[in-house]
Amino acid sequence: MHELPTATIRIRVNGADHEVSAEPDTPLLFVLRNELSLNGPKFGCGLGQCGSCTVHVDGAPRRSCVTAVSAVAGKDVVTLEGLGTPERPHPLQQAFIDEQAAQCGYCINGMIMRAAALLAKAPRPSRDDILSAMDANLCRCGTHMRIVRAIERAAAGGTASPTGREG
Amino acid sequence: MDRSSSSLRSRREFLADAGILVVGFSLFPRASHAESLGRAPRAVAAPSAEALDSWLVIGRDERVTVYAGKVELGTGVSTALRQIVAEELDVPLERITWVQGDSQLTVDQGRTVGSGSVKRGGAQLRRAAAEARQVLLEMAAARLSVPASQLEIADGVVSVAGNASNRLTFGALIGGGRFERTISGRAPVKVPAAYKVVGRPVPRAEIPGKVTGKHVYVHDLRLPGMLHGRVVRPPRLGATLESIDEQSAAKLPGVIRVARKGTFVGVVAAREEQAVRAAKTLHARWTATPVLPAAGDLYSTFKSLATSERVVGEAGDAAAALRSAARPVRATYRWPFQLHASIGPSCAVADVRADNATVYSATQGAHQLVAPIAALLGMSSEKVRVVFTEGSGCYGHNGADDVAADAALLSQAVGRPVRVQWSREDEHAWEPEGPAMLFEMAGAVDADGKITAWTYDAWTPTHGARPTRDPATLVAGALAAGKAAGGEFFSGGGERNARTTYALPNERVTSHPVPSFPIRTSSLRGLGSPQNSFANESFVDELATAAGIDPIELRRHHLSDPRALAVIDAAAKRAGWAPRTSSPTRSGVSSAGIRKGRGFAYVQYDRTEAYVAAVVDVDVRLDTGSVRVRRVCVAHDCGLIVNPDGLRNQIEGNVIQAISRTLKEAVRFDSTRVTGVDWNGYPILRFSEIPEAIDIELIDRPDQPSVGAGEAATSPIPAAIANAIFDATGVRVRQVPFTADRVRAALRA
Repeated sequence: MHELPTATIRIRVNGADHEVSAEPDTPLLFVLRNELSLNGPKFGCGLGQCGSCTVHVDGAPRRSCVTAVSAVAGKDVVTLEGLGTPERPHPLQQAFIDEQAAQCGYCINGMIMRAAALLAKAPRPSRDDILSAMDANLCRCGTHMRIVRAIERAAAGGTASPTGREG
Repeated sequence: MDRSSSSLRSRREFLADAGILVVGFSLFPRASHAESLGRAPRAVAAPSAEALDSWLVIGRDERVTVYAGKVELGTGVSTALRQIVAEELDVPLERITWVQGDSQLTVDQGRTVGSGSVKRGGAQLRRAAAEARQVLLEMAAARLSVPASQLEIADGVVSVAGNASNRLTFGALIGGGRFERTISGRAPVKVPAAYKVVGRPVPRAEIPGKVTGKHVYVHDLRLPGMLHGRVVRPPRLGATLESIDEQSAAKLPGVIRVARKGTFVGVVAAREEQAVRAAKTLHARWTATPVLPAAGDLYSTFKSLATSERVVGEAGDAAAALRSAARPVRATYRWPFQLHASIGPSCAVADVRADNATVYSATQGAHQLVAPIAALLGMSSEKVRVVFTEGSGCYGHNGADDVAADAALLSQAVGRPVRVQWSREDEHAWEPEGPAMLFEMAGAVDADGKITAWTYDAWTPTHGARPTRDPATLVAGALAAGKAAGGEFFSGGGERNARTTYALPNERVTSHPVPSFPIRTSSLRGLGSPQNSFANESFVDELATAAGIDPIELRRHHLSDPRALAVIDAAAKRAGWAPRTSSPTRSGVSSAGIRKGRGFAYVQYDRTEAYVAAVVDVDVRLDTGSVRVRRVCVAHDCGLIVNPDGLRNQIEGNVIQAISRTLKEAVRFDSTRVTGVDWNGYPILRFSEIPEAIDIELIDRPDQPSVGAGEAATSPIPAAIANAIFDATGVRVRQVPFTADRVRAALRA
């Protein structure tokens, strides 16, 4: 094996400080997954096109696959695990459970992280607000209707949206 | 009493192994259950479908561990199957632990394909659970000295009727022991009227983990000492490796190996980012002769490559009926190559040692993947174990098997566990594609609104190229051997729903296999059914227009199956279908420059499976040609419904994915390679493009066997959209995808 990376970078993730050894341009996604064993953020494209790797950096949604780890030094990173756990889910996670808003679930990290950032800024978004906020995230199973309903449910304080479930 | 045997012991051994091998999480969260089995580890033995002990084990802690060959591909099927077992065995759902798709632990139930998991897999599990219940009754009768007829079972407890204190739990009866019973198939099963768990909208077991980052996908596996691999692919299969400068990558930090076997090339590094960099940096020069036709010549190339034809179905004399028709109708339809396009590119982890190998894969057939991987590694099949681990959405034969082979070769090269993650480009360029198809239709309708003639001719490459025992059916094996990947032509795939279920007096349905085409194709959700149904259901609409008859009425004239008529009626009623004798009706409110239209289609999936009728409302912008699906109304009958909410989720997913495939998706390629290798090059439907509503009517048939729902609702959607565009504009679009450019061109033609 050849020489290992030398840089030590301090990052704050889900409220805890970590020192990680990585080259500064290493994608934040790989550090979160491989160094910190945080599996919430997912590798989808490595191109910033699909959103499955989304995390919050200082409260804003960021594509961790195209964010260098050095760029978040000194900033607050929150991952899906930082929102809640199966035992104590975040209201948005609970809404996704209530609406059964997942099929394979691979994109759901990005959906919840982007929606959480939206609701933090606009607690009662219109349907158009939701569609436009979520437009940059891709889902292949076709769970879109349920994802929108889950976001509406969370925005309504955990109750089903007024339009209710189709069918 | 010692009822222990090898298969029980092996499971305990495996569960214990899993806890050791997998760091940072428990692969099977209830591994502690294994402790209750109280057996010493021994060699692994292959479970057989006939032995009850192969299917389930009841622990002293009352937990029921089910060993299922059918696997969770994101459709929720593992929850539906759990419901079936809980129902028939009379245990609470929460008490069931699910082990799935392990070539050495679970029964080979065949691949998880073709919407067959509930229908066939569920039937097997139901028989096993009923048999187990019967054995437990007999055991309790002996222990309690009470005839079995006086015993009751509820929540995993056998008690004497009228004397609930006289009872034995399942764990007390058999905990850790063996049933020692061959499945007779004669154990009584419950009647649907008695169901308490089947038929309920049970929440899916894995969703809380999926929304909190705790669910373990194959992408998330980490083995001790695991390295990271990436593949370096040629422009296409069959390309020649002119030169490679292994040092260009080998000298980079963290790189352990640049591995090569034939034209298979991969890199292995300590860290993932190092593997990515090494793969990008590696200097390799390939030459690939131009073999792919220009996009405009694709379909004529199909015709020139077809060497045979197969009559799929025939009645009367279609040719004569066409000749004598006053106004025969002819139409040509085209469908492009499409991708599974999972959001997570394929990933696998392999741990290949000197004398055995374990491969973790999101494969649809763990058992079926053993032989080609073993052949690739030069091992005997007994030494190779494939363990299904859930991946990103599957939708058919995607890259899951191929990446497993990549990981196996790279792990063998370095003698350590290797995780291979395909890049987005690898996925788009190398997953087996859903085949393009060409259709030529002809038909006629008489004055009474009856179809008097119908001919169908379709040209398509294979819709099935699953791995066989030949390792060259996997990309790594093909590259290593310098061969083209692919197996035998699977005619049944392209012919799925080639013949309609309409009773037609004169019809001839002919398929023309394209035996070899330089793009590797295999099974994509529905196989040929969505394409065939696009052609057939568009053409029925064209015949209705020609005859001046309501398109639903025309279909009714040729259907007598009450279940078919029921879904058609339900969808029409729910959508408020207004019968029409001509299109475009332009009946909807049309704002400036936007035309509204409504289309209908009906399909019985694979001619014997689920019945689906759909009404689709579209808006077409006349200036740009862009099509927006506003509302979809679906009526669906798949027999007895196991989990109505899971079913709705599948229908919604089928509808959205089908809209995406119909409006947006086509693989782009030049003369040597696939060129649409990211989400810009292969766009899929986005949130801003989804319908306002998907309105679903489920028709439950408790008296009918459950059939699959994983694919059926895709099939009617493309034609319903095409028919709605025609209703809106009077223009018929016959080539998928209906992009704005294509529709605008049609509007101006």
